[in-house]
Amino acid sequence: MKLLHVAFGASDADSGGGLASALGMEFDVLEIGSDAPPADSLAKAIAQRAQGYSHVSAVSSMQSKDVMARVAGILEAAMVTDVIQVDSATVFKRPIVAGTMVETVETLVNPVVLTFRPAGFKGRASAGSSTAIVSVAPEKATRISVSARGGSRPDLTQAKVVVSGGRPLKDAATFESVIGGLADALGGAAGATRAAVDSGIAANELQVGQTGKIVAPDLYIAAGISGSTQHMAGIKDSKVIVAINKDPDAPIFEFADFGLVADLFEAIPVLKSKI
Amino acid sequence: MLILVPVKRVIDPYAKVRPLADGSGIDTTGVKFEINPFDEIALEEAVRQKEKNPSVEVVAVSIGASECEEQLRKALAIGADRAILIETTNTYDSPMVAEELRHLIEELQPSVVLMGKQATDDDNNQAGQMLAAKLDWPQATFASKVDLGSSAKVTRETDSGEETLELPFPCLITTDLRLNEPRYIALPGIIKARSKPLDRRPPKVTSTPKTRRVRVESPPPRAAGIKVGSVDELVAALKDRGVLA
Repeated sequence: MKLLHVAFGASDADSGGGLASALGMEFDVLEIGSDAPPADSLAKAIAQRAQGYSHVSAVSSMQSKDVMARVAGILEAAMVTDVIQVDSATVFKRPIVAGTMVETVETLVNPVVLTFRPAGFKGRASAGSSTAIVSVAPEKATRISVSARGGSRPDLTQAKVVVSGGRPLKDAATFESVIGGLADALGGAAGATRAAVDSGIAANELQVGQTGKIVAPDLYIAAGISGSTQHMAGIKDSKVIVAINKDPDAPIFEFADFGLVADLFEAIPVLKSKI
Repeated sequence: MLILVPVKRVIDPYAKVRPLADGSGIDTTGVKFEINPFDEIALEEAVRQKEKNPSVEVVAVSIGASECEEQLRKALAIGADRAILIETTNTYDSPMVAEELRHLIEELQPSVVLMGKQATDDDNNQAGQMLAAKLDWPQATFASKVDLGSSAKVTRETDSGEETLELPFPCLITTDLRLNEPRYIALPGIIKARSKPLDRRPPKVTSTPKTRRVRVESPPPRAAGIKVGSVDELVAALKDRGVLA
């Protein structure tokens, strides 16, 4: 039994040690560069390198979900998405129905392909070997353009602090100055609700929740967010959740460690001045 | 051009649901069922393509028990030309769904399979990619824009923004939230769609599940928090918890 951890980014490589410890296995790392080809070609290359491993893992992200399920298809593997707990090498826990329930899944065949949320895995085992992907099959899909988010803020899923805003932020400029400004003051990332993204206040890739990014920072500050099930599914592994909302009955106050009933446009500048 | 849209019958994504008392599954007593919202977006997109190009034929397929007819009737009301119900009461995991769909695709030879990125009940996000792997087709997951011409140009959401892929046909596309807003279908439309063909057929899958649900339970609740009276109190509390320097 041995794990191949597929690292889609530099910080993902360290997370492999946490999962390997939980599985009680030795592991190797396969590094995927930022210039990786589209999923059809990349999945073939990963599947080829996965020969001989009982388990293949990656940290949950849009890229890993795109590629790893295809790897599982090629390998005729059992797959478990968004693992939050390892009970044994064949039994895993994962959230379902927008995180309202936890499912225990048993895998019945090898190999096993896993995507996992690193927050629950704190082990620090070190990799046996670390190699980069090389052999690449011809691409069927062609990447014709890429537009990446600019700016210097940390990645949402890796940030120690996340400041998120909802629709009360009104427009993109207000969102950027209020939410972005507090995020910068804390050295954190900015996030948003689906409502804020849908109304054009925040960029798509900032969406936090069931169908967006799953975050687990040390500190999550939700400003002007009521706390829908779908949004809470994306933040509930955060260490400390702060809610700032002027509606004292907003559901988010039931989840928040610290709730402040206040107008975010008054509270956030004061908060910013004190850090 | 044939576009195949697989649709899954799921519990109403906005209903409050709980585990069954014995932990064997989800308690669906009194809960409505709907088309998986991401599949509905896929259907809407296929129908919009048909409205732009009358040579497009849209076929909706569902795998499941007889009740799935309800969702397929809605798919026909949205604008699918015909529907296929692969009727089974067996439990399918994603690899089995992919295999079952592969059999149908070999028969229908669609140019495009357009489906939801994930079902809102299992949140697996696997079936589309597994199907593309089995077919050895190019894939574009998490689509936010689809342009079908001599090839498919798909803008897809990524972790850091978006990218556009060009895919030769046949190809598989999975939909994300922002691709479109599905049209509202009133009851008369659903009744009118009763005259459209709905073909029931037996499953062809031969493989068995690779995963098994052992238990479903409620997550441990977060410890109740407190309300603070001012920003100063908040800052003090955060410093005390060690999350603010």
